[in-house]
Amino acid sequence: MGAEFVQLSLTPILIGVLASIACALPGNFLLMRRQALIGDAISHVVLPGIVLAFLVSGTIAAVPMLLGAGAAAVIAVALIEAIKRLGRIEAGAAMGVVFTTLFAGGVLMLERTDTSGVHLDVEHALMGSLESLIWLEADGWASLTDPAALAGLPPELGRIAIACLIVVVLTWLFWRPLVLTTFDEGFARTIGLPVAAIGFGLVVAAAVAAVAAFDAVGSIIVIAMFICPPAAARLMTDRFGVQVAWSIAFATLSAIVGYVFAGYGPLWFGLYDAVSAAGMIATVSGVILALACLFAPRRRRLGEGRGSA
Amino acid sequence: MTPLFQALTLQLGYNATLVAIGAMLLGVAAGASGSFMVLRKRALVSDAMAHATLPGVGLAFIVMVALGGDGRNLAGLLAGSAISAGIGLLIVDWMTARTRLGEDAAIGAVLSVFFGFGIVLLTVIQTMSGGRQAGLESFLLGSTAGMLLADALTIAVGGALSVAAVWILRRPMTLVAFDEGYARSLGVNVRLTDLMMMGLVLAVTVIGLKIVGLILIVALLIVPAVTARFWTERSASLIWISGAIGGLSGFAGSAMSAAYADVPTGPVIVLFAAALFVLSLLFAPLRGVVGALIRHRRFQARVHRRQGLLALARSEPIHDPVTLRLLRSEGLIRADGVATEAGQDAAARAVRDEWRWEVARTRHKDTALTGRYDGLTPIESVFTPDEIAGFDRLIAEGQT
Amino acid sequence: MTPAELKLAADGGRAVAPEAKPGPVAAMSLRGMTVSYGEKPAIFSVDADFEQGAMTAIIGPNGAGKSTLLKAALDIVPRVSGEVRVHGQPLERARGRMAYVPQRASVDWDFPTRVIDVVMMGLYRELGLLGRIRGHHRDAAQDALDRVGMADFAHRQIGQLSGGQQQRVFLARALAQAADLYLLDEPFAGVDAATEAAIIDVLKTLKTEGKSVVAVHHDLTTVQSYFDRVLLLNVRRIAEGPVRTAFTSDTLAATYGGRLAAAQIEQLELGGAV
Repeated sequence: MGAEFVQLSLTPILIGVLASIACALPGNFLLMRRQALIGDAISHVVLPGIVLAFLVSGTIAAVPMLLGAGAAAVIAVALIEAIKRLGRIEAGAAMGVVFTTLFAGGVLMLERTDTSGVHLDVEHALMGSLESLIWLEADGWASLTDPAALAGLPPELGRIAIACLIVVVLTWLFWRPLVLTTFDEGFARTIGLPVAAIGFGLVVAAAVAAVAAFDAVGSIIVIAMFICPPAAARLMTDRFGVQVAWSIAFATLSAIVGYVFAGYGPLWFGLYDAVSAAGMIATVSGVILALACLFAPRRRRLGEGRGSA
Repeated sequence: MTPLFQALTLQLGYNATLVAIGAMLLGVAAGASGSFMVLRKRALVSDAMAHATLPGVGLAFIVMVALGGDGRNLAGLLAGSAISAGIGLLIVDWMTARTRLGEDAAIGAVLSVFFGFGIVLLTVIQTMSGGRQAGLESFLLGSTAGMLLADALTIAVGGALSVAAVWILRRPMTLVAFDEGYARSLGVNVRLTDLMMMGLVLAVTVIGLKIVGLILIVALLIVPAVTARFWTERSASLIWISGAIGGLSGFAGSAMSAAYADVPTGPVIVLFAAALFVLSLLFAPLRGVVGALIRHRRFQARVHRRQGLLALARSEPIHDPVTLRLLRSEGLIRADGVATEAGQDAAARAVRDEWRWEVARTRHKDTALTGRYDGLTPIESVFTPDEIAGFDRLIAEGQT
Repeated sequence: MTPAELKLAADGGRAVAPEAKPGPVAAMSLRGMTVSYGEKPAIFSVDADFEQGAMTAIIGPNGAGKSTLLKAALDIVPRVSGEVRVHGQPLERARGRMAYVPQRASVDWDFPTRVIDVVMMGLYRELGLLGRIRGHHRDAAQDALDRVGMADFAHRQIGQLSGGQQQRVFLARALAQAADLYLLDEPFAGVDAATEAAIIDVLKTLKTEGKSVVAVHHDLTTVQSYFDRVLLLNVRRIAEGPVRTAFTSDTLAATYGGRLAAAQIEQLELGGAV
């Protein structure tokens, strides 16, 4: 664990961990609200967002891309809500209509415009390129205190760190109203909480996390991290606070183990090239969830579900 | 002749024609079976299935190469994708039934993990085949360009078989989707029907992989069904309207894609269906937004008019600004809030109706009729003129 | 409205209703409440005055709009028209003075939380976003649990509770709110006899403390022993007033129509002709 680790593996692992945590945190609330698939929808509409941002700005600079993706996510969420209410369509179907349509629009725009020479394609959007976010300027742990080397850190690290911080602070700040509205929306309304605004705020925070994570690691991780760590955590405990802690632990574990497997796993099987780190992180989170489904202490339902009493 | 016209009239070559017909048949089957999923509120289960095909495609390729064959054999790849999608579906059902997690979480978990694992396999294949492109990425978004004749035939035949399956299953499927309990009482095996429908959706997903791609195939299952929902309240016609929308989108989309370069088939099919959806959402007479908005405004006006008139009749002050504005604009009250001649007449009629209902309710203690006593239903629509005359006589007697 | 007033009104709407005698301000007064799901009113132009210090039952057949009226009064469901005043104030200014006990089935009891955490939710208006939970907050929550007979269940997982215990937890949360007006949606639905007795005990204590209670109620046989006042509802308001005068065979027949057999009404031993 020396200079080579710091140079090649430290930053991708950090980015993977931060992205995973940023997605898993709001994922806990989405899971309890039966809105787990919002993460799926958001990650699909990121593509049209960045393509449109590219068409408008003409560059692939990070800021317009992120703004475009964020705007697309918010628009998608608003569209889903509008279609659900106006058309009286069930949430799942409304989501399916919106994200597939926007995604199809994104692909069409991408194919119809000249993006050759720019690093912009569907596969990259899906898989990201975690492996390439290395820290060339580093030559050992000492670089962590060397300003010149620190300046060479991949910019994705800074962005995902900020996004992760925003999500953590928002979760801490709005913990009580979030839990309250998640558990009992009707009651929350009667004590004067702005239920709709809180719900929308949650989805926007999820979109911020998704977009920042997408920027660094692609959309596969985003969907997996919204759902798998919170779902596995849900099966470990009957306290919501504890569940959130477990989900962060699982997200971190998935990111680290997944990255290591992707980088070194193939060598163990006699192959020379690494496999997709994003895909492997998602796979590991799935294995953790599978183990939780089979063995976790609190995997069975306790109380009656909503409306079944 | 423009290329688009040529494509639409099936004059763009044998392959393109086969693909267009295949896409149309696929669209019909997807629309029809998708309507079942949407009615059962399980629309996104098909999304999990579609994403779960990817590892199957990868593994099938690896197995076929290991056996010394051509890894790109479409039938083999589709068989692999069907197996892994089936496993994904079983896991969704198992997680929902056996753990405390909801179906949405199960769908999302299967979708992302299978897809992630599939991507891992794709990167393995890239290194395995030594730089030679396996072309499996085309399953993500579909691609009909440069399709082999055998592939086009596979799709056309598969599409035809799915449509046949929809035809055979239409009765139990409608019954179960509409009312599960009723279907059971008729002796329909609900579990078996569900299973067969899932099988059909699975078949549609797999056949659609090559044309539409696994990310967008779910649109072909959901969008036509949701669109059809705006046009009918009957589930029997829903299936066929949805099938027609799906077929139309499939045909038009694949024709357009064949006619122009750089127009990918899958997205065009989806966008065509989405355009039909938007039109229906806005303008369908039965459930469209514009119609509903107009009806709601009228309804609101009726409520406020009635409440206002009753308040006038009882000489109660009216505070509600909406009511005041409405009564003023209809000339029922003056600017200062006092009832006009017309307003007094209308108020008297409203009160007379109330009074008639009052009598009707004591006379006819019959829920079917008096359940309509909601303040808005005109009494003339429930009782015959002579019955109403009878109420009036009773009112007159009660007053003397 | 009496027949005489109606006659006058029918003569041309020029009649002047007698001035309502100025009574005490109602705990909650509703005017012209209309709610519709789609094109059919669930409740239409309902007026009601829930008296201070009284226990009022809202009764009516299934689908009569009882729960809807309560939810509309609390702004949980949107209304087409209507005005709500609580102790003479608009709803938003009086939120802190009212407590709502929803139907048990409205939440997911598999939610990962404990009894005491649910009761603490009743203190949210006091605690705010980040207010520290102090000893007296815990005492208040524990005291509320004590009043509903669940003192020893504070740290129990909510999924492990029986239906009756769930109802008591919801009531305890409302008690923790220390409100003046308690609105309950079918508090006795599907609970055991012991819980029903415990709940009614708590509600009667609230009444002696001068608080007001409004409950959506199903069981006609207990209306007279539990409540002071009734509101009979079937989309419209059919009758409202003290149980003695408003809960009669006539008003019940008008409310329930053919759904309530004459024999059933007779069993209630009410005055009036059927």
